[in-house]
Amino acid sequence: MLRYGLAGLGLVAFGAAIALHQPTAAGAAENPKLQATAHLYDTYCAQCHGVQRNGKGINTVGLSVQPRDHSDTVAMSSLPRAQIVKAITEGGASVNKSALMPSWAGVLSPAQIEDMADYLAYVCKCEQAK
Amino acid sequence: MKAPVIVAACAGLAALALAGRPAAVGAQGAASPELTTQCASCHALAKPTDATLDRLWSRKGPDLWYAGDKFNRDWLVAWLQNPTTIRPGGVLWFKHAKPGDPRDTIDTAAVEKHPKVDAATAGRLADALLQLKSGLVTDGAYNPASANMTMGKLAFSKLRGCVACHQDQAGQGGLSGPELYDAGRRLRADYVIAYTKNPQQFDPHVWMPTPTLSEPDLQRLTGYIVSLGKEDK
Ligand code: HEC
Ligand code: HEC
Ligand code: HEC
Repeated sequence: MLRYGLAGLGLVAFGAAIALHQPTAAGAAENPKLQATAHLYDTYCAQCHGVQRNGKGINTVGLSVQPRDHSDTVAMSSLPRAQIVKAITEGGASVNKSALMPSWAGVLSPAQIEDMADYLAYVCKCEQAK
Repeated sequence: MKAPVIVAACAGLAALALAGRPAAVGAQGAASPELTTQCASCHALAKPTDATLDRLWSRKGPDLWYAGDKFNRDWLVAWLQNPTTIRPGGVLWFKHAKPGDPRDTIDTAAVEKHPKVDAATAGRLADALLQLKSGLVTDGAYNPASANMTMGKLAFSKLRGCVACHQDQAGQGGLSGPELYDAGRRLRADYVIAYTKNPQQFDPHVWMPTPTLSEPDLQRLTGYIVSLGKEDK
């Protein structure tokens, strides 16, 4: 019994860990703006950056440069916000990164791109790290 | 038991479509009544008045209101009788994506199969579809004289990153956009150039980004895309 109990606890902890690593809808639920931006991320970014925001999207099969892992706290913390906004607005080439990162100015408004930068800071837990 | 409900729903949609574009839909209805009764439940046959992001998430099939600008008749007639997969992840890839390692995958078994029709119906449907024009495509925009296959392929797969989302050979390329390896049979060149130039004209929220391409780039890419899947390549 005890063994199963422990295994059960382990599973619960594991489940919680997975839930924590999926900031998709669950974590953003209380904040409507984060939630709306998560939906935009699902529509436009997850195809390359992954449904779990880990850089492992379905399209990476065709990519010669791998997309940024947006859940990587250390790597994401090293990017200045202005660079993130510029990369999303004008594309990777505008910040001397791969042109495979497209420009989204034709799809997202400047306000939505600012919200996206906030959302990325939330996804990588960069605020807490600072 | 569900049939009457579906028919009623289709009739409702047909009525809506009729209200939107009386002349065009009337003519199209005469060519093939099946289009409104059997297809409108999944496909927009008139330009949506509510082109929102929510609509993209809830629609059951790709838009056909610009079908007349887009398709070659021979391909349409053959495909409607024997549909193959065009969008590897279905009309919205996200709904069939599974998280994974080394990458997310598509649950292909869950992607819906398309309904089939017989040869006579396919011919009538194709004629009706080819009457649906958007006014967004300019005849003669593509100039075949400027085609350059080597440069076109290089732009598609390296310089402009189209291969991130589109397959130009079966099994090679990204999965969130329609395959283009039979685009030469499926699509009209003037549509390919118009769509590539500004996808948001066709839907403001579609997840193909607006590429910034020069006119020679657009011509090369189009020349390459419309060569794909042609026998005499
Ligand atoms: C077609 C695939 C693709 C799509 C779609 C895409 N990205 Fe990217 N993205 C990339 C690639 C590839 C890189 C890595 C570029 C590099 O490191 O050279 C990247 C890098 C980034 C970076 C890091 C930039 C830097 O300076 O290192 C950010 C931020 C980013 N993407 C945000 C987004 C957002 C937000 C979206 C959705 C609006 C999005 N991306 C959609 C492919 C994509
Ligand atoms: C149950 C929903 C449904 C119904 C009913 C339906 N379709 Fe479709 N149709 C789809 C989906 C989903 C696709 C996308 C298939 C793909 O990309 O692989 C599609 C694709 C198509 C395409 C190719 C479009 C493109 O942009 O590549 C054509 C043409 C088409 N359908 C015509 C019809 C016609 C004509 C009818 C009526 C006889 C019809 N469909 C009925 C769901 C439906
Ligand atoms: C981030 C993903 C992405 C990238 C990058 C991308 N596309 Fe697309 N493309 C799409 C999507 C999504 C659609 C439309 C989906 C639909 O109608 O269901 C599309 C549609 C098209 C179509 C119309 C095909 C059809 O069946 O209606 C053409 C042509 C096209 N793209 C060409 C290109 C070219 C050329 C490039 C490179 C300059 C490119 N695309 C880059 C995602 C992408």
